Amino acid sequence: MGDAEPLIRWDWIGRNLPSIQQQALDHLIMAVTPVLLGLVLALPIGLACARWRALYQPTVGLMNVVYSLPSLVVFIVLLPITGLAERSTVIIPLTFYSLAVLIPGVVDGLAAVPDSVRQSAVAMGFKPMRRLVRVELPIAVPVVLAGVRVAMVSSISLVSVGALIGRGGLGYQFIDGWQRQFYTPIIVGIVLIVVMAVLADGLIVLAQRLLTPWARARRGT
Amino acid sequence: MNWLTDFFGDPANWSGPSGIPVRLLEHVEFSVVAFVLAMLVAIPLGLLAGHTGRGGVFVVGAANAARALPTLGLVVLIVLLVGVGTTWPVLVPLVALAVPPILVNTYEGVRGVDADLRDAAYGMGLRGGQVLVKVAVPVALPLILLGLRLAAIQVVATATVAAYVGLGGLGRFIIDGLATKDFPSAIGGAVLVAGLALIVQLAFSLVQRVAVSPGVSRRVTVR
Repeated sequence: MGDAEPLIRWDWIGRNLPSIQQQALDHLIMAVTPVLLGLVLALPIGLACARWRALYQPTVGLMNVVYSLPSLVVFIVLLPITGLAERSTVIIPLTFYSLAVLIPGVVDGLAAVPDSVRQSAVAMGFKPMRRLVRVELPIAVPVVLAGVRVAMVSSISLVSVGALIGRGGLGYQFIDGWQRQFYTPIIVGIVLIVVMAVLADGLIVLAQRLLTPWARARRGT
Repeated sequence: MNWLTDFFGDPANWSGPSGIPVRLLEHVEFSVVAFVLAMLVAIPLGLLAGHTGRGGVFVVGAANAARALPTLGLVVLIVLLVGVGTTWPVLVPLVALAVPPILVNTYEGVRGVDADLRDAAYGMGLRGGQVLVKVAVPVALPLILLGLRLAAIQVVATATVAAYVGLGGLGRFIIDGLATKDFPSAIGGAVLVAGLALIVQLAFSLVQRVAVSPGVSRRVTVR
């Protein structure tokens, strides 16, 4: 490839569209699953930490340790158990990263519920479970979703590292481009990953607006 | 666990240009340079936006978009474009990785300082810049340090990717090990990187304990 090689060969993209779509779908599955799993696990863990504060420091400490392990490192440690080029090898570590981001979000979100609000709910006769679901969790939504935004965008970006162990969705474009010294797949991969992340982020912001109508009402006054 | 003793017990891994000490030094060098550059970019911007209250939406939005940039892709692209030979191709993606958490946390930290506290500081005759340095920064320090810690850990963890394009660092043990099916080397490299990240984690908890004023101990998390 001399200097004549253009940055992007559109005809290559056209010819490889089916495989790019396939990888994008694979990428999306490996990126979104960990965040959803993380959220499902973070809610009960976060609730437990909010109720029994003594649990919080050890849990966060453990999660900090998990967070500091490089994804490539965890992939490698998991390889003998889950196998090369398996989705789960990518999904498991990313689930732990999501948890590390989401647990503090759930705890901080619940801590952000003003005491007066909690007492009002009790005074109105709300039982603990109903108070949690109808009052406390809705108020915690913005803080929790702020965590979900970070977890989702990082997860979409991190999946590509999985390409080094044979399962990285669009990250495979980077390996392909590097091995053939060919720009187009690399640029396609970067652009699609960033676009996917920005779209996912936008969807979460939209969800937040729908889940917290009162926030807009208050801003209007 | 034989893998670990195979790797760390082999004296050949401890010397020469591809030994553990040299690779460790390379890894630390990339990480420190990238981290310092990211601080120089992100802290002033975050302080400015947080203090003036302007550009907040832009700061948070741009930082979130930057988080999406895949480091592996950037490293590969930049090295293809400019060639190997210097280490800066790996610095650009690492700086891009480290800027968002520092920027967002600095911005949120300074912006979140209690308005009454600011008013009191102005009332005592402090000027804008003094309020920022003497009041806002100390109050925002826990959040700023959290941002720095997250950035530092991500940089140390991600610098492993540099090895894929033939640059040095601890990632070489992992990537070369994977390529040659030398699992002791891959696992050994992984353990070294994880250890380094944990040391960074510990160092920041120490700094936090020493630097943050005892009066400022609310716990808030922004990432």
